[in-house]
Amino acid sequence: MEWIYEPWPWYVSGFMIALVMFLLIMVGKNFGMSGNLRTICTICGAGNKADFFKFDWKAQRWNLTVILGAIIGGFIAHQFLTVEATIALNPDTVANLQTLGFENAGETYLPNELFSSTIFTDAKSIILLVIGGFLVGFGARYAGGCTSGHAISGLSNFQLPSLIAVIGFFIGGLIMIHLIFPLLF
Amino acid sequence: MKRTLIYLLIGIVFGITMFKSEAASWYRIYEMFQFDAFHMYGIIGTALFFGVVTIQLIKHFKIKSFYKEEIHFPPKQKSFARYILGGILFGFGWALAGACPGPMFTLLGAGFLPIIIVIVASLLGTFVYGLLKDKLPH
Repeated sequence: MEWIYEPWPWYVSGFMIALVMFLLIMVGKNFGMSGNLRTICTICGAGNKADFFKFDWKAQRWNLTVILGAIIGGFIAHQFLTVEATIALNPDTVANLQTLGFENAGETYLPNELFSSTIFTDAKSIILLVIGGFLVGFGARYAGGCTSGHAISGLSNFQLPSLIAVIGFFIGGLIMIHLIFPLLF
Repeated sequence: MKRTLIYLLIGIVFGITMFKSEAASWYRIYEMFQFDAFHMYGIIGTALFFGVVTIQLIKHFKIKSFYKEEIHFPPKQKSFARYILGGILFGFGWALAGACPGPMFTLLGAGFLPIIIVIVASLLGTFVYGLLKDKLPH
């Protein structure tokens, strides 16, 4: 059982993601996480401002339960199934990040420059996280899905719209990291 | 009640997978867009391989759900603009925040409190999309 404390290899991880999708399909649901963001907006009363949020959110309680599970899963994985949460990055990646000002890349699970608890007093980090989060939420709803709904569920079902969306994900990600990161960091 | 417990367990498996696969790590997303490692491509590729096989088998053999209901795969609405434009905006955010809408909740559970900023901002982004929906090309 030692292996469980190590980072899971890609083939185990990929299989487990497909298993999660399979289980959700077999209980009559589907695998798509960003829909929860819309549901939470509706619960918070967004229906008073836009018709897009006027729907029966209770029909989506199952997916909120999945997300609650994902929170608990993160806790279990970090507390009980991980000894050292380091990431074995390609040394080229570490060197690239160093030139951008990210120190000791991979020695923590997330970069301290963006995710250490001291960033709550750092305006730049907060602004970057806000912009990033905003675009994730806006873009996922505009595209009608995120990595789970399009890249996994949609492509598994040979949906052309999902292929277009995933190509968009990569165009956006590549522009951000190669053209915009040098301006930001 | 029993079904709720099943959804919760599936979510827990998903959360553990996101954390242990390192797909929830900002670094892995950066590395993927640098084409420096096979890891993320391997994860997505393996998930797709098993995903395609699963869905094709379910469709071909008209497999019923665990609750003996028919399984439908509603086709996605045909369009180009919303998928490419929304996709690019999502990609910007994915690379910058290093988290997509599943893993951001996993990271919350793992105790990375700054991810709360990302989650709240993603709710705001979803809300603003709802306000602007009719003005955007779809």
